[in-house]
Amino acid sequence: MPRIRLRLTFPPELIQEPIVYRLVKDFDLVINIRRADVKADYGWIALELEGDEGALERGVKWLKTKGVHVDPIERDVVVP
Amino acid sequence: MEKLNGLRCRECGRRYPATPVHVCEFCFGPLEVDYRYDVLKTVVTRESIAAGPPSMWRYRDLLPVEGDAAVGHHVGFTPLVRAQNLAEELGCREVWIKNDSVCHPSWSFKDRVVAVAVTKAKEFGFDTVACASTGNLANSVAAHAAEGRLKSYIFIPADLEQGKVLATLVYSPTLVAVHGTYDEVNRLCSEIADKYRWAFVNVNFRPYYSEGSKSYGFEIVEQLGWRAPGHIVVPCAGGSLITKIWKAIKEFKTLGLVDGPVATKMHAAQAAGCGPIVTMIKNDTDVLVPVKPNTIAKSLAIGNPADGYYAYKTTKESGGFGAHATDDEIVEGMLLLARTEGIFTETAGGVTVAAARKLIEAGVIQRTESVVICITGNGLKTPDALYERLEVHVKIKPSLSAFDRALADLKSHAV
Repeated sequence: MPRIRLRLTFPPELIQEPIVYRLVKDFDLVINIRRADVKADYGWIALELEGDEGALERGVKWLKTKGVHVDPIERDVVVP
Repeated sequence: MEKLNGLRCRECGRRYPATPVHVCEFCFGPLEVDYRYDVLKTVVTRESIAAGPPSMWRYRDLLPVEGDAAVGHHVGFTPLVRAQNLAEELGCREVWIKNDSVCHPSWSFKDRVVAVAVTKAKEFGFDTVACASTGNLANSVAAHAAEGRLKSYIFIPADLEQGKVLATLVYSPTLVAVHGTYDEVNRLCSEIADKYRWAFVNVNFRPYYSEGSKSYGFEIVEQLGWRAPGHIVVPCAGGSLITKIWKAIKEFKTLGLVDGPVATKMHAAQAAGCGPIVTMIKNDTDVLVPVKPNTIAKSLAIGNPADGYYAYKTTKESGGFGAHATDDEIVEGMLLLARTEGIFTETAGGVTVAAARKLIEAGVIQRTESVVICITGNGLKTPDALYERLEVHVKIKPSLSAFDRALADLKSHAV
């Protein structure tokens, strides 16, 4: 089963939303959170997502439409 | 000499052998090279360094390579220029320019990191190197791969200007133009790096690659006569360079190579249109809020810098600060440096000059203290930043009398 490692950054308005729960429930993804820092007005999560390729793509697309900043775990892979 | 302990996670401290890995398997934190300073203390001296070549490889013992340089033998040891004219303009006593706009071979400090990464790739037995870049890094990887007779894959966004592509394409890499947004290209390259057994210099080789930046800091101290300056103003994109210059100074101190106190304040310079690290510093928070870059300083345009937190910590730890520069201030900075010192820097250099000026005017940098301004790339690479901002002063017909009149006119305006 394909896996991807991502860093999700949440804007203040999404802090109270159960984003990770929805990823599991709606996209049938296995989530493994490795590190996170969630404050009252900001948060990020470093995690691994496992699922079939289509589900991963749909999950990532959904995160972006929700306003979550989605980066690979390395973040700035494309550099100037 | 066994000088490495291996790699170490910057977050959880877990140790790894020195292999081509970059992320901690447990906490996903970044890995960093861990040295045995007890061993290095017995071999690294000012004399041993001075006996080395006039390049970054004079610090080979403090870089994560086993043997000699495999490529980039002439990288580094760039001029540290006492900038007296600029100092007068800034109202400062002691201003230095560390000038990597003339770094061999591709005119930016990226040659330092790439020379280490490609040397390491050869040591590990890789036959292919890769990177994803819109500018300086692409130029440097392609150049060093050519020299090392390695295959190279360079990934670029498909909408990159032709001018920037040429300075990479000339070295005959395999250039892959990817259609898509920055985020899509970024994620794809992360997946490619994960899938193929290539030396992706700033991904799986990042722990080694980033260490090359230390040579910039070593050179500053050595060229100042084994003295640490009062201030260093560093351009920040991913945020790694400022942390590595600081690491270099601390390593020299650990090894007893610095005369006098080490009280250098590290200052971050970013564009106002892409300045998440400086925003952290100004707000005194360790929270990095990603931004969408909108600046002419393309070589600093990273909206969610991987080392942003560590860059912020470096300024805090050293007692430094940061400054943003608007696009107009960036151009003014480039022109000021060119006009006073005859150095043509790319936009990133305009950012550091402008930031230094602001920090001096704000009293963060005292006018009596020494300051090093980091110039990390060459202006000839980004001439578009100056289009329509400069004009030919005098246009004349091809006759001596026309010139006489123009000269008289110029002189009358000058009075």
